[in-house]
Amino acid sequence: MPKDTKIKSILVIGSGPIIIGQAAEFDYAGTQACIALKEEGYRVILVNNNPATVMTDHVFADAVYFEPMTTEGVEKVIQREKPDGILGTLGGQAGLNLVFKLSEEGILEKYNVKVLGTSVASIKQGEDREAFRSLMHDLNEPVPESEIVQIVEEAVAFAEKIGFPLIVRPAYTLGGTGGGIAETMEELISLVSGGLSESPIKQCLVERSIAGFKEIEYEMMRDAAGTCIAICNMENIDPVGIHTGDSIVVAPSQTLTDREYQMLRTSAVKIISALGIVGGCNIQFALDPKSKNYYLIEVNPRVSRSSALASKATGYPIARMAAKLAVGCNLAEIINPVTGTTFASYEPSLDYVVVKIPKWPFEQFPHIDRTLGTQMKATGEAMAIDRSFERAFIKAVRSLNIKTLDLRLPEFEEYTVEQLYTLVEKQTDQRVFALLELLRRGEEIHSLHEKTKIDLFFLNKFKSLTDIEKDIEGLEIENITASELRYLKEKGFSDSYLAKEWKVSEKAVRELRKKKGITPVYKMVDTCAAEFESASNYFYSSYLGENEATVKSNKRKVLVIGSGPISIGQGIEFDYCSVHGVFALKEENVETIMINNNPETVSTDFTISDRLYFEPLTLEDILNVIDMEGIEEVIVQLGGQTALNLAKGLEEAGVKLLGTSSATIDMFEDRDQFYQLLDKLQIPRVKGETAEDERELLSAVRRLGYPVLIRPSYVIGGLNMVVLRNAQELNNVLVAGSISYPILVDQYLEATEAELDLASDGEHILIPAIIEHIEKTGVHSGDSFCIIPAQSFSDKTKRLMAEYAKRIVHELKYKGLMNIQFIVKENEMYLLEVNPRSSRTMPIVSKVAGVDLVKKATKILLGKYILSKDEVLLNSDARYTCVKHPVFSNFALKGLDSKTGPQMISTGEGISIAPTLEEALNKSFHSISGKALQGAIAFADKNELLEAGKKPANLNLIHIEKVTDHQKVTALYCPGTSERDISLREWAVKNRKIVLTQKETLNALLKSTTVGNWDVSSLDQWLTETSEEVMAE
Amino acid sequence: MKGYLHLADGKTFQGHLQGSLAEEGIAGEIVFFTGMTGYQEVLTDPSYKNQIIVFTYPLIGNYGINDKDFESKKPHVAAVIVLEAAKTAYHYEAQHSFTEYMEKWGIPVLEHVDTRELVKCIRQNGTMPALLSLEPVCESSCDSFNGLKVQEVSSVAPESIGFGDTHIVLIDYGFKKSIADYLVEQNCLVTIVPYNYSFEQIAALRPDGVLLSNGPGDPKELFGQLHEIKKVIEHYPVLGICLGHQLAALALGGDTQKMLFGHRGANQPVYDVNSNRVFMSSQNHSYAVNQNSISSTGLKVRFFNKNDQSIEGLYHEKWPLMTVQFHPEASPGPEDSVFIFEDFINTVKYRNRREVSYA
Repeated sequence: MPKDTKIKSILVIGSGPIIIGQAAEFDYAGTQACIALKEEGYRVILVNNNPATVMTDHVFADAVYFEPMTTEGVEKVIQREKPDGILGTLGGQAGLNLVFKLSEEGILEKYNVKVLGTSVASIKQGEDREAFRSLMHDLNEPVPESEIVQIVEEAVAFAEKIGFPLIVRPAYTLGGTGGGIAETMEELISLVSGGLSESPIKQCLVERSIAGFKEIEYEMMRDAAGTCIAICNMENIDPVGIHTGDSIVVAPSQTLTDREYQMLRTSAVKIISALGIVGGCNIQFALDPKSKNYYLIEVNPRVSRSSALASKATGYPIARMAAKLAVGCNLAEIINPVTGTTFASYEPSLDYVVVKIPKWPFEQFPHIDRTLGTQMKATGEAMAIDRSFERAFIKAVRSLNIKTLDLRLPEFEEYTVEQLYTLVEKQTDQRVFALLELLRRGEEIHSLHEKTKIDLFFLNKFKSLTDIEKDIEGLEIENITASELRYLKEKGFSDSYLAKEWKVSEKAVRELRKKKGITPVYKMVDTCAAEFESASNYFYSSYLGENEATVKSNKRKVLVIGSGPISIGQGIEFDYCSVHGVFALKEENVETIMINNNPETVSTDFTISDRLYFEPLTLEDILNVIDMEGIEEVIVQLGGQTALNLAKGLEEAGVKLLGTSSATIDMFEDRDQFYQLLDKLQIPRVKGETAEDERELLSAVRRLGYPVLIRPSYVIGGLNMVVLRNAQELNNVLVAGSISYPILVDQYLEATEAELDLASDGEHILIPAIIEHIEKTGVHSGDSFCIIPAQSFSDKTKRLMAEYAKRIVHELKYKGLMNIQFIVKENEMYLLEVNPRSSRTMPIVSKVAGVDLVKKATKILLGKYILSKDEVLLNSDARYTCVKHPVFSNFALKGLDSKTGPQMISTGEGISIAPTLEEALNKSFHSISGKALQGAIAFADKNELLEAGKKPANLNLIHIEKVTDHQKVTALYCPGTSERDISLREWAVKNRKIVLTQKETLNALLKSTTVGNWDVSSLDQWLTETSEEVMAE
Repeated sequence: MKGYLHLADGKTFQGHLQGSLAEEGIAGEIVFFTGMTGYQEVLTDPSYKNQIIVFTYPLIGNYGINDKDFESKKPHVAAVIVLEAAKTAYHYEAQHSFTEYMEKWGIPVLEHVDTRELVKCIRQNGTMPALLSLEPVCESSCDSFNGLKVQEVSSVAPESIGFGDTHIVLIDYGFKKSIADYLVEQNCLVTIVPYNYSFEQIAALRPDGVLLSNGPGDPKELFGQLHEIKKVIEHYPVLGICLGHQLAALALGGDTQKMLFGHRGANQPVYDVNSNRVFMSSQNHSYAVNQNSISSTGLKVRFFNKNDQSIEGLYHEKWPLMTVQFHPEASPGPEDSVFIFEDFINTVKYRNRREVSYA
């Protein structure tokens, strides 16, 4: 069947701000969908209020709406745009839920909007627990028996019916806590009664436990004609019991016989055909490791995190195909874009192993609960590909950017075997490293299997790696043979690991390796295991055989280093910047090479750059690509701090960095140098010192006076930053012994923060807008509400900000992108920080001011573009105001207090654009609450309530102690730091209330209630109206 | 020990040799299989008789060798080329590790070869003779023994399995056990007969339907049987699978041709003209029925390959004949086309009913 020609315009629903469980993968999916639909000639209208995404770029959609992703917001967009169709299956669970609600509320019918792809009835059947169970019953497909219970007796009755073991899952707890596996009636009663009191809605799901089964996923595609194929299957190394997003995953499955593989595949085909899925679908099974019994765990009738992973693992662009299927195309009609010769109705065959490891925020927040279970806690993931499991696994670990030396987590060397076993049983993110350490201590794989149920196949592979570690200890660099070294490289050990073991420099290992001719080859990801000739530009390194990445051209060639897995503080915005950098290079006819390892992102879509290398972002792996490709120029500005941290090593290896030298980086990051620079340029700064030890810290504090801000140098996301307000707080920190010296000590001013992003050619600067933070200093900029353009600073202050920026740029002849942060206190202004790279706010200001900042900067770096004047594009006389609001995932991270401070805790952000600040704020709070704000704001402190003054329209203000019905509480205002405050906030997060922890945020909320209504506009409309007015003036 | 794979086109690949190898080495036609699972079924599929098989998936043997997934009583491949062969097996059904099993049957395994590079050679120059040898330089000819492979793998005396009202004669050109299993599952009495059984011998068994099985080699080597096959087709409902499909086409006047490197894997897309859908199929063949050759045979195309448009299945306008180039019994591979067996049995039963009512 050809595509639907009755439809002309399609509304695509994005997934909104990033939260744990719904991240960059939907930017990738959404971008692919927009490309596919435009390719088919449709007008694409996009709603997504996440500004950091690539998909919300004007090139991917015809109209982009940064509007609240609620039924109200989308209805307004529908009213305005009158789309013929709507596509929600590419916007994650958020997109799916939204389309479902729009349909249930009759809005789609009212405006005659056709749901594209999987029908609402199918979605309902897939998502509604009872409907799904009954369908599975009809199909004779096994689902674990389960029951929702509200009292203990119901659980007991259920247990009597089906027996043990049972798994108890309380609804809506933080990070999935409070659940567990009951083997006996006593355990069940205790778990359920605990779970019921833990659950804010007093509900538990009791289910037959299949913990310990193999967890297997299939990524399926089905078209309207009924062709149904499996793109990829994946096996979780962690058996059932840990969320697949928190599991180490391999593709394809490694331990299943063909009979098992096909049994599950056949079941998947049967189920998704019966559901009538059109598009992509993820299906998860639990397979008994000792029989052919299996259970269906879950069906996701949409593209998912796993489908992004599967797309990168196979090369098959699931989301792009899914979008085409949604408009009526059939798989048999679409060409497979990787081979260019075969069709999309085809199952990829892999001739390599893929390993994905999640990236968790626990290194940043070591005190929070690290236990993994049914609630996903990872913020991102890294993927690696190789011809052996061993090297793919080590590469994936090395891609995580965590403090291991290959597979060794140094802190575990101090642990006893008992302690390690305890850790293994606790099922934390560190389990795999504890397992490896136990193997080093000579523990048997069978005893580890007993404790973890991890398949012996994988444990045996781990064992072989720890055995090689022992071999390495016994070798010496002086007399190592080429074949020995080649073997170690084939198995995945890094130069830096070998260097450490052999007590030489990494460079020495690298040189020896090159001397012996041991360099990686690059193999192609082609979807077909080399069966067909393919023009793929997607590669991974390996240490055996033929190098396939041999395309040579005479074009200028530039490498862009991506930003790796997403973590709190280094999010999707850096992917946006990397992708834009690539676009700029391509526009200038420069050959672009991308290295990254994050499977969720647009930058690792092989259609973006000329060649994509899926590799760890370490010096060794990057230099290997540089050597093989013959790359001369590298851009490190775009990939956030991860890429920037590589600058020095690359320079030392003789690589030319475009724009940023490590000397420049040091100038800004070495505090002493930085302060000297500011003093020299007569730029005001706060007073600060560097303390080498406790004595120096104490004397610095004495000189500066409280409050002070202490922080280590070179950090991401305000890691380990603390504000100390008095001697008691300082003492607490000293007693805790958590300070690693040298540490920076700064005078801390309670004032307003501001920041700006700029592109510079060394002479002129281009500033899209000056950004004002709503919260005071001490709140990380990533966690602040922001106003763009700034509204409350005097013209003089803003002029000075630009002026100071210019002084710095001039002094250093700086080229490229820069982010500068300021503090404004009354009429005084201080420069706080300079980041010589892309930033979190660049995508926002670029979009809101309508300028391709990153592209311009990249072209400047190439020497292909110069600025003709200094410019601040968006001024306070702009006809619209943009508010950025942070979005938090504390619901997933038990133990993480939601009080904002110097260390960033938010995972995503949304924006709102409106004619006035109040209206923009209103939209933002509407987005945060999911509907118009109503109900009550509970105050933790009675005095604060009195100070808050007059009650706003539609909202009550009430002291928390006076709350009788918790349902009516919408938000909690609780800025304090006492135990009571912390537990109140935890209560609020658990009950999914908005938590306000700063006075200014509360005020912003109150201010937002002064407007009752808001309208929607596409970004283009805002931008054109402005430019028309400018012209008219 | 080092081992060398010499290809007829002059290329040589070095690897680690597992298991024993005769001094003169072992020769065979080199082919590659792209399925990611199912090595046990492939090794024991008689259609791979005397071929040297390259597995494109780099880890082979992960789940060992079990008792349940054999396609015949022993492995038929001449040698195996892999990147990494598993020496241990932990799957609950595993009876042997992969390397143990290969050693037991004396089949050499050349390990640590860049199989991807090797596959690209085969993709370019086609399946070709190859020699696995201990010598780094190939002095002898790669050409392998050119006897009739079917004769080597076919049964020598009839044998019956299963129980039921429907009697199917399975002509054994080197059949896969799963084919017989599917028939037995459909409540058929299956009589497996040698490849060279005559029409009269078959008719004497009074079958309700006849299945022409898969098997190794060039279908034209069986020209002596074509006449008998034609008579079988004229008298009974027939299902032809793989080699059986090619033989049916030849018997009715069609022609077959050798493909460059054939189809061997678990992801061959087959387009079904009837249902207007594509399904995935398991395949293993070097020869295909020539599109132009069937115009006056009464044969019509029901299935074709979505990748290269080659013929994947035929039916006859007059006789109850259905033939498929792919393997509906899967094993290894996707089970999307098991309906072929159901259709066949339905045809057989329908004809039975009709005969009963006309009798």
